[in-house]
Amino acid sequence: MEYLINTVLLALLAVTAGAIAYLRNLFAAVMLVGIYGLLTAAIFVILDAVDVAFTEAAVGAGISPILMLAALALTGREQTAPTSPSGAGIAIVLATGGALVWGTLDMPYFGDPLAPVHVHVAPRYLEGTLSEIGIPNAVTSVLASYRGYDTLGEVFVIFTAGIGAIVLLGNRRGD
Amino acid sequence: MRHHHVLHVVAKMTIPLILVFALYVQFHGDFGPGGGFQAGVIFAAGLILYGLVFGADRLRRAVPAGLAGTLAAAGVLLYAGVGVAGMLLGGAFLDYGVLLPDPMAGQHLGILLIEFGVGVTVAAVMVSLFYCFTA
Amino acid sequence: MEAFLGHYNYWIVVALMMAGLCTVATSGNLVKKVIGLNLFQTSVFLFFISVGKMAGGTAPIVAEGWTRYSNPLPHVLILTAIVVGVATTALGLALIVRINRAYSTIEDEEIRRADLHRLP
Repeated sequence: MEYLINTVLLALLAVTAGAIAYLRNLFAAVMLVGIYGLLTAAIFVILDAVDVAFTEAAVGAGISPILMLAALALTGREQTAPTSPSGAGIAIVLATGGALVWGTLDMPYFGDPLAPVHVHVAPRYLEGTLSEIGIPNAVTSVLASYRGYDTLGEVFVIFTAGIGAIVLLGNRRGD
Repeated sequence: MRHHHVLHVVAKMTIPLILVFALYVQFHGDFGPGGGFQAGVIFAAGLILYGLVFGADRLRRAVPAGLAGTLAAAGVLLYAGVGVAGMLLGGAFLDYGVLLPDPMAGQHLGILLIEFGVGVTVAAVMVSLFYCFTA
Repeated sequence: MEAFLGHYNYWIVVALMMAGLCTVATSGNLVKKVIGLNLFQTSVFLFFISVGKMAGGTAPIVAEGWTRYSNPLPHVLILTAIVVGVATTALGLALIVRINRAYSTIEDEEIRRADLHRLP
């Protein structure tokens, strides 16, 4: 059942992505970006990533389309120059995609409990989260404690990006 | 969107719920799904919804742009400050175990503080970005 | 069939990634390029989370009665990457708004033509 929902949602996601790539009307494309974010959040729930699903639902379906719409309001909503997809561009995309699909053939099957990713570092975190940190949510303990240094860097990146946007556009009326 | 009564009534009902839910996600992140990043974006989404429905100017009166900028910096400072506090108490940078006599309680306190810092920074930066595009 | 289902997630990820790459490569509109980069980015998120899924597992919140958990490490990396991603997207959009103010267009061909005219 889980796998069936996963399969259907991923197919919907692929259709949405194709529509986003195809559409000329930027307004419609941004609306589809919101749907795309919501579908991604649903897939994250199916794949046991509840913490990530929270974030993606708020960011992908909420904040990110709003910022894009606001940018469109300042720049114009139609793609004026209809650039015909060049043969070279399509060829590069197909070649890259083919190479990547070929690469996935060596990957362990989806959900395989013996895949290298599941036997190496993660069991250590899952064992330690209650005995060393004392909190049951392993995602929080890895994020805040085991990899706290990493997260500090990420927060600095977010802060810097915010400052950059404020410097470029100004966040007060009439700047 | 000044004249959409349904939108106004529904937004007035849901925005407080969104903000309270964000606080729950923030402070319950140790035990259930949640944490600073999630809470920050949910809180900011609630505020941005308010700005969309009632106008960015009213949101600016509630959360001034200068306050948002200050809070963004304050969150990062809180995070780094907890790290430095660990160093001053004789541990390594971002070692929360030394914050309190009981290492487990210290871990709890440290995680709570830095998650709060993350949440404040994320929410403030998102609201600032909204202000940038509606300036 | 097993081989198909075992790789289905990865193939969808590749399809999404190529949709993003195609948008970036063939569209001249800068906002559309940013949307394409977002598609590309989300496909990578999906790849990480797919790799971290364990069959029969549950969300990595340690509880009585469960022994199998999906891998928490990709969740942590992607959780932060999503928020960083929206912040950097906003920075890109801010740059586009400034380009629009300077050139009155966000089509890259027209920007290049305007630059050529400006050269002495």
